[in-house]
Amino acid sequence: MKKIIDREQVRYIAHLARLELSEEEEKKFTRQLGEILAWVDKLKELDTSEVPLTSHALPLTNVFREDELKRSLSEKEAFLNAPQKKRSHFQVPKVIGD
Amino acid sequence: MNYQTSIGLEVHVQLLTRSKLFCGCSTQFGSSPNSQTCPVCLGLPGVLPSINKKAVERTILTALALGCKVSPFSRFARKNYYYPDLPKNFQISQYDEPLAKDGYLEFELDGKHRRVRIQRVHLEEDAGKIIHGEDIQNPEDKDSSFIDYNRTGIPLMEIVSYPEIHSPEEAYQYLVNLKRVLGYLEVSDCNMEEGSLRCDANISLAPKGARLGVKTELKNMNSFKEIREGLSSEIERQAALLDKGEKVPQETRLWDPHEQATIPMRGKEEAHDYRYFPEPDLLPLKVSQEWIRSVKEAVVELPFHRYQRFISQYHLPVYDASVLTDSRELADYFEECVRNFLHPKVVSNWIMGEFLRLVKKETESLRKIKMKPFMLAHLLEEVQKGVISGKLAKEVFQKMFKSGRPAEEIIRQEKLGQISNEKELEEIIQRVMMQNSKAVDDFKKGKDKALIFLVGQVMRETKGRANPDLVNRLLKEKMGVRE
Repeated sequence: MKKIIDREQVRYIAHLARLELSEEEEKKFTRQLGEILAWVDKLKELDTSEVPLTSHALPLTNVFREDELKRSLSEKEAFLNAPQKKRSHFQVPKVIGD
Repeated sequence: MNYQTSIGLEVHVQLLTRSKLFCGCSTQFGSSPNSQTCPVCLGLPGVLPSINKKAVERTILTALALGCKVSPFSRFARKNYYYPDLPKNFQISQYDEPLAKDGYLEFELDGKHRRVRIQRVHLEEDAGKIIHGEDIQNPEDKDSSFIDYNRTGIPLMEIVSYPEIHSPEEAYQYLVNLKRVLGYLEVSDCNMEEGSLRCDANISLAPKGARLGVKTELKNMNSFKEIREGLSSEIERQAALLDKGEKVPQETRLWDPHEQATIPMRGKEEAHDYRYFPEPDLLPLKVSQEWIRSVKEAVVELPFHRYQRFISQYHLPVYDASVLTDSRELADYFEECVRNFLHPKVVSNWIMGEFLRLVKKETESLRKIKMKPFMLAHLLEEVQKGVISGKLAKEVFQKMFKSGRPAEEIIRQEKLGQISNEKELEEIIQRVMMQNSKAVDDFKKGKDKALIFLVGQVMRETKGRANPDLVNRLLKEKMGVRE
């Protein structure tokens, strides 16, 4: 099978998602992503020249809500999933650096 | 060497809505951190955004006012990037199918008419606010960042110009005039301190007549003034590089107001590969002609048109027209006043002088001002009829401004009306002449200055209420001068 995705690309995508992969993982994901892409490639065999570009299966448009307030979470609820908080802020490892 | 500068501006405007773009959390500024969040704007798994109709309508309204073509079909897209101010790791924005395209903004630059084309107007959600630990004076915080998600999901309208602005001053005027339009339409409060209007700039230099040069993107400018300064400094920097025969690297730079210079943004934040794709959680937008027609009804006369009309209809100087049309409320106030007192320049002088001075001092919104335009018109009429002197009118004006009482009432109750009754004045003049016989003698000997002194004494006696022309004539008569 020809390689659809190489390790360089996997490393790049991991970087965009700020993921650090071990060499083992890089190999594994390169293989797995390759398989997924090969499967998607199979779809290309279908003749879609008559089918308009579709981003949505539902035949609906303009689903809106009115500009009305709803109850927000309490502070306690808002931080339930936060590993770290301080002074009512979510605390994360510093994001600028060299 | 002489270069042609090309600047494109990207303006982000926070739309005036009560709730966020995709959820019902409040958009109130200044609330305690993370008190206006919910599963949708926190990006918790399994939630569905739903579109705030008002935000879409305000965007369409702005697009129409800017002469854009509103797309009959548009949709949202995911802009993927990994940064903690976006809890979902993507921002819902618009990409290849924005709400509107191809408009323009008109304004004047050094007395010349300018028309800068607008590329697109689209709708997106705002990100959260990050405080970097190193900016806090606390050593234990220096390896952390702190995030407030109250701003996350607030509706932002992005207005992108073509790179056809050619100087920092032109960029400044573009922004002033764009802000006016947004204020007239009441779609945003455009408060830069609160971040409801932000602007990034693309800027490139090229030899005259050549194609566009390599651009840099300029960020972190927090006022229109800083934008003008940032652009000027960047022009100098790029020109110096080009003069030396060097290339301008394409990069993002930050304006540093303390150094008065632009500095390169640190590399890590720069990996721009957004991998846009259509937002699967939101259905597309279809804007029908009927919808456009109904939104169009809210398009008011735009500031630039009003500015031109003030010059042609009221024969106002350019400066007056520009000041008076700065906000819709002020322009309305002026016109309402002129309807009741048909001397536009007189009205303009009063509004640009006393009126704006007091407005600034009291920092009131024009709508709350108790002195209504017709009341100012009445005061000016009293001055014109000679009921009250121009000097005292200022006093009455201040009282009207503070209390909202009509001019006639203040003049009557405080006995400020001008004394034009000859009998009444004659008595006072008689008294003044007796008390100042030396001045009377001096005048008779030919010292004209003595007359000015005597008039001044009469004015003092009457607390400025005597009609000065009449006092002049009567005094001369009494001293034997006939005209």
